[in-house]
Amino acid sequence: MLEKKNKIEKHKEGTIIKTEDSPVKMEVEVDEIKTEGDYKKSPVYIYHDWCVNCGICVEFCPTKTLAKKPDGSPYVANPEKCIHCEMCDRLCPNFAITGAKR
Amino acid sequence: MAKIPQKIIHNYLRHRKQFPHVWCPGCSNGIILGAIIRAIDELKYERDDVAMISGIGCSSRMPVYVDFNTLHTLHGRALAYATGVKMFKPEMKVIVITGDGDATAIGGNHFIHACRRNIDLTTIVVNNNIYGMTGGQYSPTTPTGDIATTSPYGNIDPVFDICKLALGAGATFVARTTAYHVIEAQSFIKQALEHKGFSIVEIMSACPVIYGRLNKKGDAPAMMREMKENALPLEKFDELAPEEKQGKYIRGIFKQEIFPEYTEKYAELVASLQRE
Repeated sequence: MLEKKNKIEKHKEGTIIKTEDSPVKMEVEVDEIKTEGDYKKSPVYIYHDWCVNCGICVEFCPTKTLAKKPDGSPYVANPEKCIHCEMCDRLCPNFAITGAKR
Repeated sequence: MAKIPQKIIHNYLRHRKQFPHVWCPGCSNGIILGAIIRAIDELKYERDDVAMISGIGCSSRMPVYVDFNTLHTLHGRALAYATGVKMFKPEMKVIVITGDGDATAIGGNHFIHACRRNIDLTTIVVNNNIYGMTGGQYSPTTPTGDIATTSPYGNIDPVFDICKLALGAGATFVARTTAYHVIEAQSFIKQALEHKGFSIVEIMSACPVIYGRLNKKGDAPAMMREMKENALPLEKFDELAPEEKQGKYIRGIFKQEIFPEYTEKYAELVASLQRE
């Protein structure tokens, strides 16, 4: 049996734990989100390692919850405006956005 | 500590592949792959019962990333390989991913004969109007007058309408949508997978880095916006005046009918001969 090594990365948004055989299946812990109700505060999670700054999510967000930073990368500018339509989640070509369900 | 919910897509990706994927920023292939995975997830197919087969091209890189039975085959010959898989394992759900050049130019002959045969394959044609992977040569679906690296003064060839070609050749499920209409794409793929017989879903996609740059179409969001405006349902398209129809196209299901399926007919034939 091979021993699985865990790789821990610390980001501004939280800590990502990657297991060796599945770097995709990550468990993301975000410091701001502590209870289910807190999803309203940050309804969209952007995985910046996979984001290529194409701008599609910002363009097609119907309520302008997402906005662009000066370098082109998206961020959650108005979390209270999110209507949980998951348009950013569906339209992200790099699978880098997870929209939380209501 | 609460955890961010995993996307459905992440469960179907191959874990040892490098991400972000090879497609250019803003390419619609990722969106279409997401729609396919969601459709399969909704239908609750077992991973081992799905085979995804592709030829060569940008869109044909899709099976590389997903954890189904996959085949990455010769240029244009994906449908021939898929026919073989389907004949050997008729209970398997076989999905063929091809691009516009792969399906209509290099594999044109395979395409029309697979349509005519009505074998139970689900073909998804990702139409980005150009040969993106090989550097931007014009394809049979490059609009007349548009610039490609092999037509620097404008393409003089008329356009191939993939849906009309499939209708003419006898496919029994024909639909067209765009990468912007991603929920509709998901529902069409789902219906195509459930359909018994040869089904084809043409998905218009944006190629902002090669086609968009050569033809000054703007960045990825601009090309997606163009799709949103130009792809109309049949009813809305019919209301337009002839001069307004320039550059617009119809999205929706063109044909959906039941017709005897090839592998079933073949099994019947075998059974009838064994009885004698």
